[in-house]
Amino acid sequence: MNGWSGTILRVNLSTGVVSTQPTNLKDAVLFIGARGLGDKLYIDEVDARVDPLSPDNKIVFAPGPFSGTLAPSGGRYHVVTKGPLTEAIAGSNASGLFGPELRYAGYDALIVEGKAPEPVYLWIRDDVVEIRKAAHLWGKWVPETTEMVQDETDLDARVACIGPAGERRVLFASIMNDVHSAAGRSGVGAVMGSKNLKAIAVYGTKPIKVAHPKSFREAILAACETGSRNSAGGAGLKAYGVDLPLDTLNEIGSLAANNFQQSYIPAAGEDDRPSALPSSTARRPRGCYSCVMRCGRISKIKNPGYASQLAEQAQEEGLAVVFDRGIDNTAAMIQSNQICDEMGMDPISLGATVACAMEMFEAGILTVKDTDGLDLSFGNSAVMVELTRKIGLRDGFGNKLAVGSYRFANSYGHPEFSMTVKKQEIPPYDPRGIQSIGLEYATCNRGGCHTKGYTVAVEVLGFGESVDPHTTADKPFWVKLFQDLTAAIDASGGCIFGSSGRGGENYAALLSALTGVNYSTEEYVKAGERIWNLERLFNLQAGFTSKDDQLPERFTTSPIRSGPAKGQVSHVPEMLTEYYKLRGWDEDGVPTQERLRELQLA
Amino acid sequence: MAKVFMIYPERCTGCQNCRMACSFSHENQFRPAAARVHVYTSEREGYSVPMMCQQCDAAPCMKVCPTGALYRAQGSTLVEYARDKCMGCRMCTMACPFGSAVYDSVTESILKCDTCGGEPACAQFCPTQAIEFIEEDIATRSRRRAFATKFKSAFEGTRP
Repeated sequence: MNGWSGTILRVNLSTGVVSTQPTNLKDAVLFIGARGLGDKLYIDEVDARVDPLSPDNKIVFAPGPFSGTLAPSGGRYHVVTKGPLTEAIAGSNASGLFGPELRYAGYDALIVEGKAPEPVYLWIRDDVVEIRKAAHLWGKWVPETTEMVQDETDLDARVACIGPAGERRVLFASIMNDVHSAAGRSGVGAVMGSKNLKAIAVYGTKPIKVAHPKSFREAILAACETGSRNSAGGAGLKAYGVDLPLDTLNEIGSLAANNFQQSYIPAAGEDDRPSALPSSTARRPRGCYSCVMRCGRISKIKNPGYASQLAEQAQEEGLAVVFDRGIDNTAAMIQSNQICDEMGMDPISLGATVACAMEMFEAGILTVKDTDGLDLSFGNSAVMVELTRKIGLRDGFGNKLAVGSYRFANSYGHPEFSMTVKKQEIPPYDPRGIQSIGLEYATCNRGGCHTKGYTVAVEVLGFGESVDPHTTADKPFWVKLFQDLTAAIDASGGCIFGSSGRGGENYAALLSALTGVNYSTEEYVKAGERIWNLERLFNLQAGFTSKDDQLPERFTTSPIRSGPAKGQVSHVPEMLTEYYKLRGWDEDGVPTQERLRELQLA
Repeated sequence: MAKVFMIYPERCTGCQNCRMACSFSHENQFRPAAARVHVYTSEREGYSVPMMCQQCDAAPCMKVCPTGALYRAQGSTLVEYARDKCMGCRMCTMACPFGSAVYDSVTESILKCDTCGGEPACAQFCPTQAIEFIEEDIATRSRRRAFATKFKSAFEGTRP
């Protein structure tokens, strides 16, 4: 088999039975791999009404056809399960070396089911799969777990694991691989924890075969060329890393601070930019597998008050929502992000949950009696760092926040302080100042999320096209296009950060040459639409309705208070009708039989 | 002028493109376990370095090879490998201090950098020029120049 490995690995933790099955080629062609094939395998087997943390839930780890090849920025894998935070389909996508290694071991996907009677980890070396005891690893943080597992298996093994947060089922716990990379969102780490599965180590020696090596090589060079020619996407990410949008967002008045009470902070000088770093912070670029972008940054903070730390900058943007400004806050963000990585938590949900609590503290709903004596004033960076640790350990007040902002605020009768969609926290791109990102938040299958339809690329950053962020016309079109193309890229094992500057034609050419299956650009994007609809059907069966395709009330009723986007509100309700129509869904957001047949889903 | 590999760990981001490019250019498939270059990364220190055959002058692999399968051609600076002379004794894998000669049981041969015939795929696909294949005097002169700059900054401010 070219492109795909041809085998699915299944591990039942309740019975200890390990088995394999051939990859269904028809499904592979239709759903590509990773997010698509992972969704298909998961949804075919699991009842949509399953309790995410019960042994009946399953969790699928699926690299894509690109993973483990030279396809640029194509080393990713996807974790598919039902998310305990959202109770919707969860797809968490991660880079690093783990996904490609699963391919080298010979697998298109790993399905884990059941629940181990005691803590275990998996050791996969090509065809040999062992379930090993992990009691001695329980409680260890991510870096230590990774190194201990490598010591016990193979120093070149690639390790995905959970930290204390996943063990304690923090509802936004992540799965971390290769120490720094995160399948971060929707609480996939808690699902691993609920199965007593601490880690998965893999080492592989098998080949990934290529259907047309010469055209694959040409497609790689063409994709590298278009990627680096695009100055905003290619050069920008290389130069600034994923902090790239922060300053631009602030300039257009749509970078949230203080739990979306503020969206613009006038910068007094260079050091006052949202992305400004303390002068004592050293950073060097880090590249993911097969990536020429190297948008990751390893940061070393030496600020007084912060231990000298190495942190991989990834989702510091998610923590920005807690602060209004300042150098010290950036250091706290880096530190907090570091703790999230090491304990295995999603910094976006964590940051927004802390911000929610801080606003409730400001409003007098919470007092120091509730917070273990901590002063939750906005911008209190030491408290931010302290709370990160407490949440990861479910210690005291941290235990209350470990369920995410929606459940937390709701337990005080004030869900309006939670900036979530489908109970998942949104990142600090203000949907009032960037209309299409609001529609993406509202409709994203995995709950509030910016990466599954990153229209910010055209509305704010001007990658390829430039669209006015304040208008609503054509926004449903852009959101649908970004969502479908992103689903196809995710399914291929590609990275959306690396996709800026590249088009569907690059991906279709790469996939065709690799697999020998001829994908036109239209068919490639259609595969993405198929995946989007499959996920939608799962969510509808899980009990979601069009009422869940909405933003928190703040965004439609309270205009942005100051700055360049002053007075703006989100127009999601108006855009939603047009979006449903474009998707071929009825007014309740249910896909029509006609569209499902067209997508080969019915 | 002979060309040599120059490795710059400070530029390496650990992306493994060299390893995949090596495997792909030798086998038209991706089997990096059989690549002739490998990248070692310390995730906690944020440090990566690619490792490959150094084409040593007094190559231990060549010295221990009982059949002359590893040899240096007249006027060449490369240690070359003749598959048809190799008896698979693996002595070279034990002799190489860098671990850069490896026996591959799939192809029943020794895996060792052959510079892809003078245009190494690893250097071509490295996005940060952490691996360069350049003329040896340029390589050493540029490194000397880079070090001289560091030297200058180290002494700056020490003079009256």
